Amino acid sequence: MATIELRQVEKRFGDLQAVKPMDLTIHDGEFVVLLGPSGCGKTTTLRMISGLETVTGGTILLDGRNVTWLHPSERDIAFVFQFFALYPHMTVRQNIAFPLQAQGESHEAIEKRVDEVVELLEIGHLLDMRPGKLSGGDQQRVALARALVRRPAAFLMDEPLGALDADFRETMRAEIKRLHIVQNATTVYVTHDQVEAMAMADRIVVMSEAEIQQVGTPAEVYHKPANLFVARFIGSPGMNLVRGHYADGVVHMPGADNHYSVPPDWRRVLDETFGGEGEVIVGFRPEAAIVSDEGTLAGQVYASDLHGAYTMLHVNMNEHDIIHIRSDRLVLHPIGTPVRFDINPEMVRFFDPRTEKAISREVGQ
Amino acid sequence: MSDVELQHITKHFPGVTALDDVSFSIRDGEFFVLLGPTGAGKTTTLRVIAGLERQDEGTVLFDGEPVDDLTPADRDIAFVFQQYSLYPTMTVYDNLAFPLRSPLRRLPEAEIRRRVEEAAGKLRITHLLERKTANLSGGEMQRVSIGRAIVREPRIFLMDEPLSNLDAKLREALRVELQHLQKTQGSTTLFVTHDQIEALTMADRIAVLNHGRIIQIGTPEDIYDRPATTFVAQLVGTPRINLVEAARENNTLHIRSSELHLPVPEEIDLPATFLIGVRPEDVRPDPAGEFVGEVILTEPLGVETILHIQSGGQSLLSLVSGMSDAVIGDQIRFNIVHTRLHYFDTEGKRIS
Amino acid sequence: MASFVETGPQAPVTEAIRVDKVSPRSRLTRTVRALIVIIVTFIGLIPVFVMGITAFKSRADVVAVPPKLVFKPTLEGFVYLLTERAVLTQDRLAEAQAHIDELNWMQRIALENGQEITGPSDYVFRLKNSAIIAGVSTIVSVGLGLLAAYAFSRFDVPGKGDLLFFILSTRMLPAVVVTIPLFLMYRQLKLHDTHLGMILLYTVFNLSLSVWLLKGFIDEIPREYEEAALVDGYTRLQAFFKIVLPQALTGVAATTVFSLIFAWNEYAFALMLTSERARTAPPSIATMLGRGGIEWSAIAAGSLGFLIPVVIVTFALRRYLLRGVTFGAIRQ
Repeated sequence: MATIELRQVEKRFGDLQAVKPMDLTIHDGEFVVLLGPSGCGKTTTLRMISGLETVTGGTILLDGRNVTWLHPSERDIAFVFQFFALYPHMTVRQNIAFPLQAQGESHEAIEKRVDEVVELLEIGHLLDMRPGKLSGGDQQRVALARALVRRPAAFLMDEPLGALDADFRETMRAEIKRLHIVQNATTVYVTHDQVEAMAMADRIVVMSEAEIQQVGTPAEVYHKPANLFVARFIGSPGMNLVRGHYADGVVHMPGADNHYSVPPDWRRVLDETFGGEGEVIVGFRPEAAIVSDEGTLAGQVYASDLHGAYTMLHVNMNEHDIIHIRSDRLVLHPIGTPVRFDINPEMVRFFDPRTEKAISREVGQ
Repeated sequence: MSDVELQHITKHFPGVTALDDVSFSIRDGEFFVLLGPTGAGKTTTLRVIAGLERQDEGTVLFDGEPVDDLTPADRDIAFVFQQYSLYPTMTVYDNLAFPLRSPLRRLPEAEIRRRVEEAAGKLRITHLLERKTANLSGGEMQRVSIGRAIVREPRIFLMDEPLSNLDAKLREALRVELQHLQKTQGSTTLFVTHDQIEALTMADRIAVLNHGRIIQIGTPEDIYDRPATTFVAQLVGTPRINLVEAARENNTLHIRSSELHLPVPEEIDLPATFLIGVRPEDVRPDPAGEFVGEVILTEPLGVETILHIQSGGQSLLSLVSGMSDAVIGDQIRFNIVHTRLHYFDTEGKRIS
Repeated sequence: MASFVETGPQAPVTEAIRVDKVSPRSRLTRTVRALIVIIVTFIGLIPVFVMGITAFKSRADVVAVPPKLVFKPTLEGFVYLLTERAVLTQDRLAEAQAHIDELNWMQRIALENGQEITGPSDYVFRLKNSAIIAGVSTIVSVGLGLLAAYAFSRFDVPGKGDLLFFILSTRMLPAVVVTIPLFLMYRQLKLHDTHLGMILLYTVFNLSLSVWLLKGFIDEIPREYEEAALVDGYTRLQAFFKIVLPQALTGVAATTVFSLIFAWNEYAFALMLTSERARTAPPSIATMLGRGGIEWSAIAAGSLGFLIPVVIVTFALRRYLLRGVTFGAIRQ
């Protein structure tokens, strides 16, 4: 197993900066997810770690060994592709054995090792079939088996669930996480799906515009997003962000009567940040808004929808801001009716619109 | 706007029966969703209503009049496709104006401009009007597609998975927009999707389709709370419903290969063996809980956490709000909400 | 190596650095590649280049050994190409030289070689024939091909597979084998040595190519576009012209160029089935070989004139052509 270390690794394609110089350490046995929208550089980063893409600058260390210029086959890593990349002309067994044959292992050793991973992934009944006959989920199981069979130092996975149907995806998500817990192999996993990232990761690396935006545990990126991008990107829907004017402990938001009184522990921080008053962005998760008739904030129902266990209210606070409130599914809110709500003071966050960064309570002290 | 009725529609393709005796009616002003997995026949149904495909048997009625012999153009419908439906060689304006310039309508150019601008305003794409569609993002393209449907007043909107090619954030935003638009315009809409969230969140009523047959028709609440079959129960709700085999044993319901015993419900006549469905939100960790199990996996989603709880040979999913501090390997006590259980016979039919 | 030193590791490393298989592409390899491409292109263009300079050489320079790269350019070849001439007798020659001021430049060049111009040659006339026959047959075959390809792509034509194979089968035999039957047939139908006959022939030959090429292009255009137009209130034909055609333009351009090149260059049928009225340029250039001594410069000049129209059309459509030819490749 291995530690992966990126030091000032970057990638340019001509004039295009695909990955800006980045530092990242992935610890032994850790499950790290590179998360971001398409074109953010996450896949390029993964491909540089694998050696499928050369770096333009910087160093990649695998367990302290410089592998920056090594061929992919010399790095002792396994790569799982989105479209499985199973060899269609071989049976499942041949596909799984293929990486071992490349290493020139004995026939018995190969047989034994194949049986081990087959048992682990419960794909024994598929061994003599060809990949074309398998469902998407089974194909990805076989692809995982082929990656596992060689006991690589690290696993790199490029959206391995992206090509699966929604219900398979949920099952496979749990299976991959289980597998990681059993094997405890260092894993770097790329996805654009924040639900997947949250559910699976030990740590999430949120990327956008070729840069790391935040590195943190799922709880950290969810509750303490470092900037507006992370706040919007994590969560479904993302964090509600309402811009207003801060003065004397109150944020005046556009829209009739929307004056939000800042919780006392935040006041000093905001006073210091803005020197008394200034433009601020108030952020809160949909579940942090509590609907009640005495609520200090108000809006009109724009749409409301049932999500099974709860209802999501979409509330028009003013002409720019539609905010989302997670509410009880038993209370009906027809379109156009007024709603009042409060924000759970534990879960409110503030952002500085000039820097787009989160304002931190710790720094203010 | 019109109401639409399908009577006993059957459609065969070489080797498959795409639609098998499908009947339903959509009320004037209703948001009706066809939900089903790939290959269920959803899109075929839509294409039959549009007149792009001809059914082998059955009748399609608009406002009580059969339209089987009308061409797509004469049916006066608007169709929003999954992708590709914008004409890449034209500007956004021309794309929106295209249906209005049809020889069937012959509207004056001033009227066309007025309607295009009105639709663009509603969808917030006014700033894009002069752009070529090839330069738009996915979300913008789909807004324009919807715009092309609403520039005229068709009898019905048919939408074929219009959100499925968009990324999650855009899909959420457009879902809200579509719902708002439909409710405020009161337009009759038939929306096809394989995504249960889209169906639950937008529909007035849902028809669940599988292998060309209608399985259940009902409101989102009906579908979620009273699924007619195990197929429907598993199709809606995320994470998926826990479905376990059970048997009657000494005045309790015993869940197969576990230590879980539930009380026998009153007023329900249960056979000897059957299936129990438990929504993950009804498996509730509780320090004083009745059952005990081991946490084998946690999936924190932020707003809630999925716990995989192993009890005997059964593993159950539990959905708890917030970020749970349960750790893999923990022994955990939990309750199952007895009143919200679903019973199915071994064929998968609901027992009630 | 230089680029590695600039960007190489700044931190201590535990193993020797290897810069073999995956090192960054250096500027050197790129330059070498470019050089290779240039050299190959140059070699490929040598015949064209030789033809180009030969057209401007005098009789003596053409046959000089070793071939001259530096010579005095003359338009002799073009004069020979465009005119019919007669050899002057001694006294007529003297007479002509006396009135040299009244002669135009072509007559003067002829005079230098002791000849006088008796009339225009039929080269321009045959080039015109080529243009008419190739142009019309290309337009017709692309037009018909487009409609047929659309139908094959979109409709459930009964026996579609067989029909498509049948169409393609016209390309499977060498065309020459049917020249004799065609010759007999054309004589019966009075199509021999007519523009119409040649247009029909080339159209039929190009049609198979254009149906197959265009079907590929139309298959790639999602049918949702037309269906959207149908639903929007247009007929199938209107949808075809407003929606499909604009998107198939690259394919149409590529097909046009291929058809045109075939019809323009075709030699065997033109030689057999035309004689005077409808004779095209390729066989007539070849016949210049035969007339009393080989006029290499005239042949070169004729070939050059023959080459230019196709080059212009290809150049004008090159943007579409490149996209068209690579069309299948850029899709996944």
